[in-house]
Order: sequence, then C-alpha cells, then structure tokens
Amino acid sequence: MFIGFYILLSLIIAGAVYFNRNKTVNNCLLYLFAALQCSLCAERFFAADSVQLQFFTNDSIAKLLLIVLSILNITSIFYSLIYLEKRGDPPKVRSMYFAAYVVLIMSISCNYLANHIAIGWIFVELTTLSASVLIYHRKTTRSLEAAWKYVFICSVSVALIFMGILLLGLAVERAKAGDLFYLSMMKSAANFDSLLLKSAFLLIFTGYTVKVGLFPMYTAGIDAKDKAPSPASAILSSSLLNVGFLGIFRMYALISKTNSVSFANAVIIISAVCSLIIAAAYMVRVKSFKRMFAYSSIEHMGIAMLGLAMGGIGYFGALLHVVLHSFIKAAMFYQYGSMFRVIRSKFIKDAGGYFKLNLWGALVFLAGFFMLSAIPPSGLFVSEFLIFMSMFSKGYVWLIFAAGLLLTFIIWSLGINIFRLLFQNPKGNKIDNPETEKISFSETFPQLALLALVVYIGYFPPPFIVGLINNALQLLK
Amino acid sequence: MINILLIIFLATLFVCSAAIRLRTFNKIIAMQGVLLFGIFFFRLNEINIINFILLLLETIIFKSIFIPYFLNYLIKKNKITRETEPYVSNFTSLFIVSAVILTTFFLSNTLQGGIFENIYFVAAVSTLFCGFYLIISRKKIITHVMGFIILENGVVILSLAVGREMPMLVNLGVLLDIFVTVLVLGIFANKIGDVFKEAEVSQLDSLRD
Repeated sequence: MFIGFYILLSLIIAGAVYFNRNKTVNNCLLYLFAALQCSLCAERFFAADSVQLQFFTNDSIAKLLLIVLSILNITSIFYSLIYLEKRGDPPKVRSMYFAAYVVLIMSISCNYLANHIAIGWIFVELTTLSASVLIYHRKTTRSLEAAWKYVFICSVSVALIFMGILLLGLAVERAKAGDLFYLSMMKSAANFDSLLLKSAFLLIFTGYTVKVGLFPMYTAGIDAKDKAPSPASAILSSSLLNVGFLGIFRMYALISKTNSVSFANAVIIISAVCSLIIAAAYMVRVKSFKRMFAYSSIEHMGIAMLGLAMGGIGYFGALLHVVLHSFIKAAMFYQYGSMFRVIRSKFIKDAGGYFKLNLWGALVFLAGFFMLSAIPPSGLFVSEFLIFMSMFSKGYVWLIFAAGLLLTFIIWSLGINIFRLLFQNPKGNKIDNPETEKISFSETFPQLALLALVVYIGYFPPPFIVGLINNALQLLK
Repeated sequence: MINILLIIFLATLFVCSAAIRLRTFNKIIAMQGVLLFGIFFFRLNEINIINFILLLLETIIFKSIFIPYFLNYLIKKNKITRETEPYVSNFTSLFIVSAVILTTFFLSNTLQGGIFENIYFVAAVSTLFCGFYLIISRKKIITHVMGFIILENGVVILSLAVGREMPMLVNLGVLLDIFVTVLVLGIFANKIGDVFKEAEVSQLDSLRD
C-alpha cells in the first residue's frame, strides 16, 4: 500500500508547498519530498513483484526508470532552489513552481508503475497539466505561447492515445480476453484482431510521440523545453521523455507477441528516421543552446527507437540508451542554467570565452559534447554501438549509412556551437567585469557526478542495472 | 433512433464547415451536446444507474450548457470579431468535409463487416477529421478551441462503440473531455485572450527556428 501513501503524501506536500509562503518550511517540504521519492524507489525496488492498489505494479522497466527519476529529482530540486533564488521570484511564484513540480514528479512515477493502460494514460494527462504550469513559470508572452502550444498539442495527442485505447478495448472484447491490464493483454495478444491491433498501435504511438519527442508530434516539446526554467527542462527532456518511451515500449511488447510486429517495426523506423532528419536539419541552423539540446533529445530518442525496431541486442541498447541519455541531458540543462547567469544570453551568437569565465562549467560542456556525440568514454558509445550492430545483423545497411550521415551533421553542429561557447573570444567585457557572476564548484559538482555516472554505467554496468534491463526485455520475448 | 441522432450529428458537421459566424459555431457545439445526450440515453441504458445519470448530466450540463455559455462569454469579453475567418472559402470547406464523410463511409463498408457498428465508426471518424480540419483551416485561436471540442465529441462517440461492454472507458473519455476542455478554455480565458489582443494564430509564431 506504499504507493497509496506516496500519492497521498505527495499531494499533501504539493498543497502545503502551494499554500505556505515561508521559504524555510517550503525547502524542508521539498527535502521531505525527495526523501519520499527515494523511499518509493527503494520500496518498489526491493519488494517482490506485487500489485498494489490493484493498478500499480513494479516490473523491471518501471524500477529502472524510477531509479533514474529519483536521482534526477534530487538534482532538479537542488538546481530549482538555486534558479529561483537567483531570479528572486516572489514567494507566490515560487510556491506555484514547486507545487507543479511535485505533482509532475508524482504523476511521472505513477505512470511508470501503472499496470493498466488506461491508468497510465490518466497520469500522462496529469503530466501535461503540471508541465504546462512549469513552462509558463516566467509569465512572458513567449512562455505563454509555448505553454499554449504544449497544452493544445498534448491534448490532441492524448485524445489520439485514448482512441487507440478504445480500439484496443474493442480488440480485447472480441478476443474475450478480460481486461486492459498489460499482463493479461499480453497473454492473449495472439488472438487479437490484427487490424484493430495495428490501428491501436498506430494511434497510441502517434500520441506518445508528443512526450517522447519524435516525429510527428515533436514540435510542442521543443518550445516547452526552450521556455521552461532549466531545472524543469531537465526533467522534461529526461524523465518525461521516458514516459513516452515507456508507453511505446509497453505497446510494442504487446504487439511483438503477434504477427503484426513487422508493421510496428516499419512505423517505428519511419518515425525514427524522420526524427533524425528533423534533428539534423534544425540543429544546423539552431540559434539558442536550449533548443539545440531539445533537438538533440529528438536525435537520441530516434536512435533508441531504431534499437527497439531492430530487436536482438538492439533492445538492450535501446533501454541503456534511454537511461544514459536521461543523465547526460539533465546535466546539460543544469549547466545551461549556470551558463545563462554568466553569459546573460541564451543565444549562440552572444556566447564565448566560457573557459575563462567558468572553468568547471566549461569542462561540463566539453565532456557533455563528447557524451552526447557518443564518443568514448561516453556510455552512449556502448549503447549506440549495440544499436548499430543490431542494424547490421538485420541487414539494414542503408539505414546505417543514412543514420551515420545524419549523425555527422548533428555532431558537427553540436560541436561547432559548443566550441564557439568555450573557445571564442567573449562578447563585451565580461572577463574583467566584476558584475559577471562566478559559479562555485559545489554548484557544478552534481553535473560532473551525473556525467561520471554515465561513463560508469556504460563501461562497468552494475549487475543490478543489467539484471533490470534483461528482466524488462523478457516482456518482448 | 440512435441512427437518426447520429445522422443529424453528421449533418451538423456540414453546417459548421460552412459557418461564417462564431455564434453559429457555438450553437452547433451546443446542439452536438444535446445530440450526444440523446445518443447516450438510448445507447447506455443498460449500465449502472448512477454512472448512467452522471454521463447524462455531463453531456447535457457540461457539453450543451457550460461550454457554449463559456465560449460566448469569452467571445464577448475579448471582443473577438464575429467572423470565423477561414483560410479557405466556405465552398471548399464544405467540399472537403463531404469528401471526408464519404471516404469514411466507404472505408467502413470495405473493412470486413462487424469490426464496428458502421454508423458509429462513420460518425466518430468523420467528426474527428472535421475537428482536425477546422483546427487547421481557421485563423482565430478560439476557433481552434472549438475545433478541438468537436474533435473531443468524435472521441466520445467512438467510446460509445465499446461503451456497453466497458463502461469504464466511457467514463475515462468523459474525464478527458472535462479535464482537457477546462484546462484549454481556462488558459484561453485567463491568459491568451488578455495577452494577445487579436487572438489570432499569426500572433503565435515567435517561437521558431
């Protein structure tokens, strides 16, 4: 029953954070929430597979993503506190931010743990609501525009997912398979009407692309990550992406039990290749760092999806890729927050001299560039290697060349923009200016720790992570 | 009886594709609410009585009174001009909507019989596509919201196709309806309308690459 306790206490904390305007009390409540999130993670990790409150379970993939979320939750709270402190937001705005933040993390966790497709879907809706509050945090016309687009496109996508669930319900009904629980559906998936199953997959996949940031619904996510405060963007482009990934993964697990799996693979490959093309095309001409990282998420999710479509060792690569990408992207968004306070601009044209302005931050960007480009020692090298290997073994040589070509463009533009920031002469007199802010090492340390974690998991994977991934892949067998 | 209601529902799509005034649009949305009330009433009378009453109340109070009233309030409050301002001529819209309905009709006949009760499929999918079409073919943000509400009606009709066996899904559909509509309308009422005086989509293009 711990999950019920967790949901209740999170909602109480969210309410308390919203109504209480005292900073110290609010900070204590946030620490309490971080502890609560960690204890949920620990409870679900160590508990034997069990169903709680009828609709929540703890299968391996949920555990894996929950661990990632719980780590990023701590760092995001840490950076949110810094962000709001430096902006000097009034207590009311601050309370609103944290209340929405707590609800967002709670709904992401519940989505991971849901074992019923419709319950998971409800929490996807909740993430839209809470994320839109975070996006609108700065209350400018542009953040309003981003929030509006996000809400509108997410609502349309959520309606599409619902239509998919309805078709799935019809298929379940016809096969006399009982209910919409993932496990019971998987047992009887082979009897489902293939037309209904295919259309359900298509609708659910299209709907979830808004969260995972793939073609065709990726647009809302880009503006959202651009306009949300950087600690929130870190969650939006790591754990919230994983919500979309998980939705697609579970549906794929269902369809992989039937003959329609080749159709699903074709859909995924088309979407992934289009995503790579879009990421490459926009990253070449991107103007701000935040949008660049947002497009880079599209690229990485495209690669993970290719792994999912290829099968074999690609499955393992895809899950590893998703986990590692979450850590790297979060670290980059946190560092972007520090960089913005030093350079005072998000535009690439204003950037420069970051090595002289903030040594450790510059090292994070440099390391982050190598990590995102999957150059060793990045852990992504391992996962991308596995994914490309699976493409090779399946005989998709044209896909390897196409993806390689697009990745070249992406790495080139990522490199040129980050190196411009690091090595170009700074605009204006920032270096000797006493007003230029100095960033302490202790603020940069968590980012370095996240990047180190990526190397560690990539090259010396702890047995429990490997165990979780392998267990999760049992769903696809 | 349900068939007649669904056919009238399809006819409303023609009207809204050619509607010039926002007020007409609004009336059609109210009328669709009433039609949905009738369809729910005849279709779902075998389910749990409390649930049944809740669903009926949702369609009659929320869909056919609250939403149109609120939209009207928004139009007056933000002094939105009366025309819907489509990008394409009304004749073309009418033509496209007819084509959509005909296509779904033939599609539902070619799919080997029995997957859906055909009439639900035709009504739901046509409404859905008309909703999408209205969203992309109108300039004002408020007509996007109206298009979205019509799209939601399509989703609700589709949920009725499985409604007798799985009433939980109908409830969820209604939940989606209320939740999202309130959210979208709320943002529009409080923010968009106040900030963007013209409330046209062309105002929303500052975020791009």
